[in-house]
Amino acid sequence: MTRKTRQFCTFHVDGLFLGIDVQQVQEVIRYQAMTRIPLAPGAIRGLINLRGQIVTALDLRCRLGLPPRDAEQPPMNVVLRDGESSVSLLVDRIGDVVEVGDELFEPPPATIGTSARDLIHGCYKLESRLLLALDTKRVVELTAA
Amino acid sequence: MLAIEAGGADMDTDLVNAVFRTMHSIKGAAGFLGFTRIGTLAHGLEELLNELRNRELTPTSEVVTSVLSAADFMKGLIDAVESSNDADVAPFVSALQRFRPGACEADASATTVGPASGSIDASITLTDAVREFLIECRENIDQAERDLVALEEAPDSPALINSIFRAVHTLKGGAGFLGYGVLERLAHAAESMLAAIRGGQRVLTSRITSCLLAAIDKCREGVGLVERSGTDAALGVEGVLRDLRALDETDATTDEPCASREAETPPAVPLPRTAPATRPAAAPAEPIAGEKGSAAVAESTIRVDVCLLDKLMTRVGELVLARNQILQHAGVMEDSAFISTAQRLNLITTELQESVMKTRMRPIGNVWAKFPRVVRDLASQLGKQVRIEMEGKETELDKTIVEAIKDPLTHLVRNSVDHGIETPEARRQAGKPIEGRLFLRAFHEGGQVNIEISDDGAGLNVDRIRRKALERGLISGDQAARMTDREAAQIILLPGFSTAEKVTSVSGRGVGMDVVKTNIECIGGMIDVQSRPGKGTTVKIKIPLTLAIIPALIVTNGGDRYAIPQVSLLELVRLEGEQVTQSIEYVHGAPVYRLRGKLLPLVNLSERLGLTDNGARSTDGSSDAEKVLNIVVLRAADRQFGLIVDRVNDTEEIVVKPLSRHLKNLSEYAGATIMGDGAVALILDVMGLAVASGLATEMRETGLGANSVGEAKSGRTTQTLLVVDLGDSRRFALPTSMVSRLEKVRRSEIELADDREVIQYRGAILPLVRLSDVFGESAGIATDTDDLQVVVYSDEQHRCGLVVRNIVDIVETELKLESSQGSDHNLLGTSVIQQRVTDVVNPRNLARRHSQWSSGALAR
Repeated sequence: MTRKTRQFCTFHVDGLFLGIDVQQVQEVIRYQAMTRIPLAPGAIRGLINLRGQIVTALDLRCRLGLPPRDAEQPPMNVVLRDGESSVSLLVDRIGDVVEVGDELFEPPPATIGTSARDLIHGCYKLESRLLLALDTKRVVELTAA
Repeated sequence: MLAIEAGGADMDTDLVNAVFRTMHSIKGAAGFLGFTRIGTLAHGLEELLNELRNRELTPTSEVVTSVLSAADFMKGLIDAVESSNDADVAPFVSALQRFRPGACEADASATTVGPASGSIDASITLTDAVREFLIECRENIDQAERDLVALEEAPDSPALINSIFRAVHTLKGGAGFLGYGVLERLAHAAESMLAAIRGGQRVLTSRITSCLLAAIDKCREGVGLVERSGTDAALGVEGVLRDLRALDETDATTDEPCASREAETPPAVPLPRTAPATRPAAAPAEPIAGEKGSAAVAESTIRVDVCLLDKLMTRVGELVLARNQILQHAGVMEDSAFISTAQRLNLITTELQESVMKTRMRPIGNVWAKFPRVVRDLASQLGKQVRIEMEGKETELDKTIVEAIKDPLTHLVRNSVDHGIETPEARRQAGKPIEGRLFLRAFHEGGQVNIEISDDGAGLNVDRIRRKALERGLISGDQAARMTDREAAQIILLPGFSTAEKVTSVSGRGVGMDVVKTNIECIGGMIDVQSRPGKGTTVKIKIPLTLAIIPALIVTNGGDRYAIPQVSLLELVRLEGEQVTQSIEYVHGAPVYRLRGKLLPLVNLSERLGLTDNGARSTDGSSDAEKVLNIVVLRAADRQFGLIVDRVNDTEEIVVKPLSRHLKNLSEYAGATIMGDGAVALILDVMGLAVASGLATEMRETGLGANSVGEAKSGRTTQTLLVVDLGDSRRFALPTSMVSRLEKVRRSEIELADDREVIQYRGAILPLVRLSDVFGESAGIATDTDDLQVVVYSDEQHRCGLVVRNIVDIVETELKLESSQGSDHNLLGTSVIQQRVTDVVNPRNLARRHSQWSSGALAR
């Protein structure tokens, strides 16, 4: 039996090592000037002009219930395909693309915080550390907000 | 023709189908127009292809070569179409015949086997061939319909009959080949009738036209059926066929079973027999020219997926932005080569943008094309005579707008015929020509498209409109007295208004004009009604050329830029220095400005968007510091209000982009756009702002106007609530967004239907729900008052009147709902409003429960 692997685009958010299946990632870009949207839910940080396409930026820290990042540290954008449009996730730092085998997967521990539990699909036990796989569908779904 | 060449190279099933159909169309057209040689050749090709299709023959290179040479020859023939009858096609025909195993018997079997085998794969999935056939059918049907109505006007036009005949024949051929027998029979019957008309055996009467139109409608239905189910077996055509046959009593030949006719060379049947002598001589230049013309058109146009055009549009938008940045860059560069390149880029981009915009443009004639039919049917149904005239058919509009105005325009046209134009009798008495005239006009003006729909009917009876509007409580007595006739005419655009004396199936239920108005305004258009008694009515519509690019006013607020669509903009007011403090007054805490003697409610954009840090009103005491106040006077529906912004920048053409679904429920924004410098700016939704500010609720004559402004507190989630009580200690509230009107109803007006209390309200039945019954309050409204306070709720499906004891107040508050323990679905929850615990009612649920039995009556 061949070993099934997936490639993950990884990034760091407040000490967490997170990953998203590369298939879902459109591109990774530097911090872009954003236009804030008054009245919008808190996690929506603003709108970005991505080569003529208007992309909504979600703050992943806010989504995961983490403290806001320092003002002087500009976030990076991980742009995801979301059906017709795109959504950008604001993260602290971009990591490498890693290839992981399915056998390393385990569902998330039941003890993680409630705000994050819904968003994390599970974790991959890498040698040095744990990679948390985000459930992108849930992350961009803002029904609760 | 090109399809044949392409087809020759690669003979797969779909291609053979396509080639076959092309050939069959050519054969039909050629036969019909008397080009017998082309017809013969095409017939030969067609039979050969049929066998290829049925796998009775394998496409050897020899066969293909033969087909191609025949096709080449045919191309030559068509180029020299006048002399084609003298050309010798025999060698080609015999060459083709050589490949056929049993030339004679195949004639009969091919046509029976062909459709059968065609239907096998066609009915399972819609193959490309079928899809293509369906598209073609639609076009042919539309064409035939247009021409038929036109034909009634000019019954002698051979070009029109030819065109209809060709359309129907193509339909028949395609249907027969793909095995849609019912469609084929239908088309055949229609074709026979047309052939008789063409041959002069019959004269076109309005009865025949009606019958043919009915047949065409059936065809359309059939096409729809095929599209959905893959078969036309369920299509009931007997009625139409019977009608056609009944008309056909003189012509015995049409009683022949259609199959046998189809098996022969169908188009050749009517022609050689009916007009062999006249045809070649009369072979009018007109149809030939038409033939050539349409062939040229066919070659110069292609079908393109709309998605692709949209994508192209987006890319060009990006290119424009990149261009802008380069131009900015070029401004500071010294390099002359770079500057000239930048300029060239500028020019090309602009041209490209214009061209791409054009690809999305469609002539308004596309929408109008169906109106002659609509008018004809309606007029004959109403016993009226109406002639429709059009001007400016070629006026172009963006595709999305063309879609959006289709229904409103149809409604207006129907209205004109139904209400506007009088009966022939009334017209004669008024000394007007018996035939009414409906005139459609479209033209470009000032970057907008103007559409006018005028009739020469009776015009609007403004006195009756005033009276009716008063009766229905749409306007007050002195409003009615003050109103000019011109203003009174606009009343017909209000919801719930109808002047029609009797309700017809066509119109007159009092819905409609307001829907038209809403639809037009949705796309940034304006509608105006003008009427002269006895002379007619004109409805003028102004709509933007495109929805994608709109002119907008750019304002700055809190450091961000916002775009306000120009259509909502009335004027700009700038107050400086002392004016700021002097001219802003407060009505119960709500700021107003006297604009030429009228009170203009003011909305502070920062407050509205929750941008003020301290929550203090910036127009308040602090206003000395900022000496300038910019008021943007806006129009939302029929209301005006002033929007206070930090700075007014400029007007710009902006490209509207939709917001992502996360932001769709923010009614304050209509979309977003990218500014010249690449930054994103939000587009304000003026109507949404007005609603959010509590300005656009409908409370004109209830006497609550003064209160309804409410206390404009700053805050992000404020909602306007209507607070009511039921005659005891409990208080209830309803979101005003869910309240459509407040009414006082006299006890005597209440009637019983199905043991429930109802009232007649605006021409429909409104079920009443006593909130005291629902929420178990015993204290009776029943005993002591004669007038009941009714809160009217309505949505798309349901309406109901909620009976309450008193209307206490309208408050704007931050609504924090706590769900009630009993999970009562009639309540949205419970909240503290004005220091009192208040239950917030869910009128939607109540209405749904109580109006089920009457939803049919309220459907319109």
